[in-house]
Amino acid sequence: MKGRKIKLFDMVNITLLLLLTFVCIYPLYYTVIASFSDYIPVATGKISFWPVDFTTLAYEAVFENQEIWLGYRNTIIYTVCGTLFNLFLTIPTAYVMSKKRMFGHTLFTWFFLITMYFSGGMVPTYLLYKNLNLINNPMIMIVTGGLSVYNMIVARTYFSSSIPESLFESVKIDGGSEFDQFFRIALPLAKPVVAVITLYYAVGHWNSYFNAMMYLSNKKYHPLALVLRRILILNESVVSDDLLANMDVRILEDLTQKANMAVVMKYALVLISSLPLLVAYPFVQKYFVKGVMIGSVKG
Amino acid sequence: MNGKKYKKKITGAYVIKRLRESWQLYVLLLPALIYVAVFSYGPMYGIQIAFKNFRPSLGIAESEWLDPLLKNFIRFFKYPDFWKMIRNTLSITLYSLATFPCAIIFALMLNEVRQIRLKKTVQMVTYATHFLSEVVACSLVLMMLDRANGPINNLIALLGGERIPFITNPKAFSSIYVWSDVWQNLGWSSILYIAALASISPELVDAARVDGASRMQIIRHVNIPGIMPTIAITFIMRLGGLLSVGYSKIYLLQNDLNLSASQVISTYVYDIGILGGQYSYSTAIGLFNNIVNIICLLIANAVVKRLTDTGLF
Repeated sequence: MKGRKIKLFDMVNITLLLLLTFVCIYPLYYTVIASFSDYIPVATGKISFWPVDFTTLAYEAVFENQEIWLGYRNTIIYTVCGTLFNLFLTIPTAYVMSKKRMFGHTLFTWFFLITMYFSGGMVPTYLLYKNLNLINNPMIMIVTGGLSVYNMIVARTYFSSSIPESLFESVKIDGGSEFDQFFRIALPLAKPVVAVITLYYAVGHWNSYFNAMMYLSNKKYHPLALVLRRILILNESVVSDDLLANMDVRILEDLTQKANMAVVMKYALVLISSLPLLVAYPFVQKYFVKGVMIGSVKG
Repeated sequence: MNGKKYKKKITGAYVIKRLRESWQLYVLLLPALIYVAVFSYGPMYGIQIAFKNFRPSLGIAESEWLDPLLKNFIRFFKYPDFWKMIRNTLSITLYSLATFPCAIIFALMLNEVRQIRLKKTVQMVTYATHFLSEVVACSLVLMMLDRANGPINNLIALLGGERIPFITNPKAFSSIYVWSDVWQNLGWSSILYIAALASISPELVDAARVDGASRMQIIRHVNIPGIMPTIAITFIMRLGGLLSVGYSKIYLLQNDLNLSASQVISTYVYDIGILGGQYSYSTAIGLFNNIVNIICLLIANAVVKRLTDTGLF
């Protein structure tokens, strides 16, 4: 009789979990099937689990849009350069801050910690960037948010808890300098945490739009996220005028159809923009999880 | 720690000796020190314009002080929409605080699943949404809830109901904001709890089972107390941001029709400061917001520390 009770518990539990998982993933799944469907079934709510009237028209239309590719290129540049800059600032700092023996350690710790809770705010920051000539300058996308104190603490915790002190001692005994200890011992052994931090920063760069919206008015510098915001949220027309002229007249006969087309293109756009992450995700998932775990250990 | 012992000895010569001892460490630290000094502390210097009549032509230092020094703050408190914004900010943050247990319940449920592959799959799928960008997540929300052709309204129509304009309804705004957050982060926020649950000693669970405890009883009396410290820490972190809502996300979900529910302090700062050019006034509002946040964090930390003996500092 105990056995049956436990089974009921499991059944309810697993059913609920599967339901939650379904709710979680369905919007993404719907995006996939909608993007491969004809616009009429999408607009009239005819699709639920399979694409209807399979077509890749939406993708063809999105691929024609120059703005999207420019945004893609910009985002890649910002992500790569920005992340490298982040690592340059974060990793050495984290290493140094893991050395409690250093003179002034407490002072420096506070110097960084304060910025986690108190900031100048949006407008003073904007004015500073203005003075530094960073407004409407693509460099700003690389420079802002250079050091995340949270990520620095994650890395610091790793340095102080996962690398045995005896390794550093042995270098010291051999007459190695502080640089030797960092470059020859700490850095090669820090690969797991560097991977985690890199992923955190890179995802942040890839996804951010607000800074670009605030600081970059010139459209040619806009990252993908901002282009997406214009098209997906502000409903700017995805179908460029050139494209309209070249496309089959039948397809875009009237404005209603054009609007319908835009709906399907949005779904395609969501997928195309999230593709790099969704493809890489299963492989890097464990690093992210590891990062959360390292970060949670109080250092 | 050893502060007292050192204090007496700190002289110029001593400092130089200590600095020279490990100068290479300071060299490694230098780029970050310069960066933080310029890009984090630099803007703090600009906070003074909250108390000044800032004119870009004069610069920060040269602009004259306001007559009642707190003029901008008083103006904000007297602003007719002040309470509306505070209410919007608080109702969104308190509402999202109320969903705090969701991730804990999810972790507890997942912890009961014995089928490893099922467990891993559920975890992987629910973590994935965390990595969608804000723009994409919000557009998905808007597309799902779209009145004309969103699947949710399609379902409502199919069941014979009236199509509902969720996006433009001010009453629905906080629910959309909060539950889309839960949708995006449920799995991700449960990671810490799942890990904490995994570290509960199996002997404890076995002992309870031998004593005849049911699975619900084990969850209540073994699992939940076991992850209490983790819950406390994450709870303080959440409380700390009581007045800091994710303005970049609100900004995406905001439209003219739901503005009465979606205007919060930080989006207002952006609107009047960056877009409107009222630099001094918006700096004052930002400062007010930041100070309230710090006070919330300190109070939350003190309360939780007293209750559970764990705290951030």
